[in-house]
Parts: sequence; C-alpha cells; structure tokens
Amino acid sequence: MKKLAKYLFIAALLLPLTSLTVSAAGGAGVEHSGANINDTASLQRGAKWYVNYCLGCHTISYMRYNRLAEDLDLSEEMVMKNLVFSDSKFGETMDIAMDEEQAKAWFGKTPPDLSLIGRSRGADWVYSYLLGFYKDENGEWNNTLLPNLSMPHVLWSLQGIQTPVYRQETSEDGFTHEVIDHFKLTMPGSQSPEEFEETARDIAAFLDYAGEPAKLKRKGVGVWVILFLAFFTFIAYLLKAEYWRDVH
Amino acid sequence: MAKFTSSVSKGAGALLNWFDDRLPVTKFWNATMTGYMAPKNFNFWYYMGSLALLVLVIQIFSGILLAMHYKPSAEEAFASVEYIMRDVDWGWLIRYMHTTGASFFFILIYLHMFRSLLYGSHKAPRELLWVFGMFIYVALMAEAFLGYILPWGQMSYWGAQVIINLFGAIPKIGEPLTQWIRGDFFISDATLNRFFALHVIAVPLAILGLVLLHLVALRENGSNNPDGIEIKKNKDADGNPLDGIPFHPYYTVKDIFGVGMFLILFSFVLFLWPEGGGLFLEHDNFIPADPLVTPAHIKPVWYFTPFYAILKAVPDKLMGVLLMGASVAILFFLPWLDRSPVKSIRYKGLWYKVLLALFTIAFVRLGLLGMAEGTPAQTWEMRVWTLVYFMFFVLLFFMSPGAKTKPVPDRVTH
Repeated sequence: MKKLAKYLFIAALLLPLTSLTVSAAGGAGVEHSGANINDTASLQRGAKWYVNYCLGCHTISYMRYNRLAEDLDLSEEMVMKNLVFSDSKFGETMDIAMDEEQAKAWFGKTPPDLSLIGRSRGADWVYSYLLGFYKDENGEWNNTLLPNLSMPHVLWSLQGIQTPVYRQETSEDGFTHEVIDHFKLTMPGSQSPEEFEETARDIAAFLDYAGEPAKLKRKGVGVWVILFLAFFTFIAYLLKAEYWRDVH
Repeated sequence: MAKFTSSVSKGAGALLNWFDDRLPVTKFWNATMTGYMAPKNFNFWYYMGSLALLVLVIQIFSGILLAMHYKPSAEEAFASVEYIMRDVDWGWLIRYMHTTGASFFFILIYLHMFRSLLYGSHKAPRELLWVFGMFIYVALMAEAFLGYILPWGQMSYWGAQVIINLFGAIPKIGEPLTQWIRGDFFISDATLNRFFALHVIAVPLAILGLVLLHLVALRENGSNNPDGIEIKKNKDADGNPLDGIPFHPYYTVKDIFGVGMFLILFSFVLFLWPEGGGLFLEHDNFIPADPLVTPAHIKPVWYFTPFYAILKAVPDKLMGVLLMGASVAILFFLPWLDRSPVKSIRYKGLWYKVLLALFTIAFVRLGLLGMAEGTPAQTWEMRVWTLVYFMFFVLLFFMSPGAKTKPVPDRVTH
C-alpha cells in the first residue's frame, strides 16, 4: 500500500511531462526524408550534386576536401578531379570564388554558408525545401518552406517545373484561405519524380554529414564506451555488494 | 616476491610517516573518510552530490582543453568552435563532454535539491550547508549563462541580449548598468571577452571555494538521511553511531557503482544524443550570431526556463524581474520557512506530500511553458503555476509548525 502510494506520487510528478512538446528543427510542411549518413554511396552522390549545383553560391567553409575524401571513401585523385572545380587545394575548405558584394547585387543578399544547415534546420528540412520549389502565378520561383525567397530553383532542369493546385480551407477564425493542395508537374525535367526525390535525399544526407562530420564516428565509439561502462558498472556492483554484505 | 612487497610497503609506510610529520595526511583521511560515519540507509537520492562533484571535475577538465583551442573574439569564436568540432583531434568529444556536462550538472543539482525537500536536509543543524549549496547553485547559473555566449551563435547572442536587458528594468541605474555589463552599447566583442574571463577564471574559482565550504559544513554535522534522524544520538560503547558506517570503504564503493550508472547515461547522451532533441544544444545556435537578425523565438536553455516563465508571467518588466529574483532568493530561506518538528517527508504527513507534489509539478510545468512560444492561454497557465510555486513556501511556513506528524523512530529504517 505504501509502495503504491509512492508510485502514484512519482506518477503524479511525471504527469506534466506528458504534454512535453519541444519544437523540432522542422515544423509545418517538413517531410520525412529518409536521409541516411551511413549510406556512403548516398553521401558521395550528394557531394557530387552539391559541388555541381550548390557550391557555386553556397560555401561549406568549415568542410575540408581531404576530410570529405577520408569520410566518403574517396581518393585524393577522385576528389580533385570530380569535386574540386576551383583552384582549391586538397587540404582546403569548400569555399568559392564568388565575390560577396557581387552576390549581394545578384540575389539581394549573400547566399548563406551551408556548413551547419544540417544542424540548424535538419536533413528533413533540406529535403523538403529542395522538393518545395514551384512557379507561382507571377511566374516567379517560390518555395513552400521559404515563401517569396530570393533563390531560384537551381535544380529545375532535374526536377522540371511544378505549379501548385490550390484548395479552399476555412481556418479557426472563420476565414477561407487558398492553400496548396498538391503540385502538378507542368514541365518534366531530366529526372523522374522518384529520381529527383532520391537526389534531394542525397543532398540532404550530405549536408547532414557536413554539419557534423564527427557523427559518422561518434556513434560507433559511443557503443563501445557504453559496453565498457556496463561491464565496469557490473564489476563495481559486485564489489559494492561484497563490501555491504555485513551492513544490516 | 613477498620480501620485495614487504619492503615496498615498509618504504611506503616510512614515506607516509615523513609526510604525516609535516602535513596531516593520515589525520585528514581518517577524519573525512574512514573515521567519518555516515548513516547506513542512504538511497538513490544520495548519489547526486558525489556525482555533481564528478561533473564539476569533468567540466574543469574539458573546459581547460576547450580553452586551448577556443578564440574569445566575435570574429573568430563561432569558427573556432567548428574548428574544435572538426579539425581538433577528438575535439568533438571534448566539446560534447562540456555541453552534456552543463545540462547534467543542472539535472543533478535539481535532484540534489529535491532530495533536501524530501528529507529535510536543510533543517537544523544543516542550515548553512543548504545556504552554501544555494550559493553554489546561483554561481552555477551565472557560470552557465556566461558560458552560453561563448559559441557566439544566434541563441548565444540573443539569449544574452534578453538576460542583460533585464538589468535595464532597474529604475535610474538600469541603462548605464547594462552598458557597464556589456562594455559596449550592444553585445559585442568586448562582452564576449569579459564573459570568457569570468567563465573560465572568476566563477569557477568561486564555485570551487563554495564547494569546499559546502563539504566542510557537511562533514561538521554529517549527512542527514531518508528518515531525518540524527544518528549521533545513538552511539555504541566506542562512541560510534549505531546506525553509522565508515564513509570509506562503504560509500566510496557504493559511489563507484553510482558513477558507473551515471556515466552510462552520460555517455548515451554524449555519443548518441548530444543535442538532446534541441534542449542541450539548441538548433538556432548553429547559426552564427547576427546582430541584425532576431530569431523568431528566443528562449534560454532548459535549466533556466522555470524562472524565465515566472518572468514572463508578469506583464510589468520590473515586477517580473523582481518576482523572478524572488523565486530564486526564497530558496535561500527554506531552512527557516520549514518549521516542522520533523525533517523527513516520511513523518511529515499527507499535507506535505501534496504541497511538494504541487510544487514539483509547478516547477516542471513552468520549465515547459518557459520554452513555449507564449500564447495568451499559456501566459495564464504560467501565472497559475507561479502562484503555486510561491504558495508552496507560504503554506510551508504556516502549516509546518502545527501540522500533525507521525512518530519518528529512534533508529533508521530500511
């Protein structure tokens, strides 16, 4: 009975935790990407897409090419031939030659460095963002996650052009709004929709990795550390039990 | 072999004697470890203190290594942290030890303080022990706040902005005071530099000194226990407490087991979940500080959010700051607010269980609300829980002397 009261007491303390809602990096409109940083082939493809389509404007100025080579199972030669288009050296970071002032003039703002986008926004956000580009009524590029953004749809030749199909929705305050129901592919690209999703997933995985290269290693290290500690704790328990046998 | 070991131990004994003639090594060891009698009925809650000491050591150790690579300048700070994460050998491990350690420090301290609320460890003759502990807690909050600016991310910058601006609510001297703290008209390189100095030297020194006082005060009267009985009241013929056992080896081996359990949990977070779902490392702090772009939702790290919620519950800024200050300050007076004739919750009766449960729910709930965006409904809920938080102390003061208690046994129970 006393035990029961104790457990009820503890349960009462845990009750307010049940409504714990921590806003994740994503939010509305973010889809599950399935990006997997342990899939080396996916990371390699992602790196290839990134240097070809993104690196022209978006630096990854904390990521070194030689680290990339090491983590993605690539040789120095492969990296220098396929991934480095500037005059960067193997040990340098993924910077670009574009002048900041020029970039500002072209896009209205300097395209941000994406070293840590995988940590601040998350892989799912990157994936959904890449899939969220569409041509709006004004013929401008728009995006479901960043409305009225200043970035054009760089991957449009792969995905093609999609336009939104709207539906009416009544919100809580009684007003009706037009919301995007789904997209219609009005002009196909060089990739099928499934292939393009794969591309977006690869880029998301690559940026997830680039946000924290140590992630590839730390989980593996962690498992061994925890296994050792479990063994250590077991021995420590036996030691404690032995000493405490005579305490009553 | 036997001859060799015996001559080694003879030599070691001679060396110890040499030291004992000049420094009270053995005397100190006997007084604080083997000759120090601790109650034999410690439970789960009694691991937190030694574990907090372990985390203090982890923080100092990892902090020294971080300071070898970190650059306290607005230009370089963010990049130097990424340098640690990527280019320094095992730098990610060092940094995650420190970030995980910060959150676990507060988890342990909150549990440690809750233990006192359960078993009345703050009551006479241990009032000073509690007060020193409260000073450690406040110093720890200062240390955490100062350290949080160092990565120079968006949350570092804007979190510091919000907290420093609180001082601006003080009439007349507020504005000059905030400038004096920042060393500039806005948070800048000067602010980062001084916060670094305070974080790595001033506050850690204060914490070490306070921990020493806390431990000396603990050894003076000995630990309380889950029954809240003074074990020194029942002694055997030799003058040792009947319910006491030598701290060493009994509690040293028990604490080693506790350390093992703790490190498993600690390593789980460090290696597999270092961001703690955005609570231990906030997503927005991976964006470099930008004085021109305010993040959509500024909030302090989780261990400050209960107090932040109390601040937000009050519409008037100055009153909010005062109430928030009061919510921490009132804890200092706990030993004198709790006027119950018994210490432990086991003998205090149902009223205290209800009060403490409500207080705990209020604290956790305020913590969650402090992280939330702050809808009008949430603001009202914060007000309710803020009231509950303070009513705990008021009701404790008035109910504790007269409330019916259960009979306290002479000896500790199991």
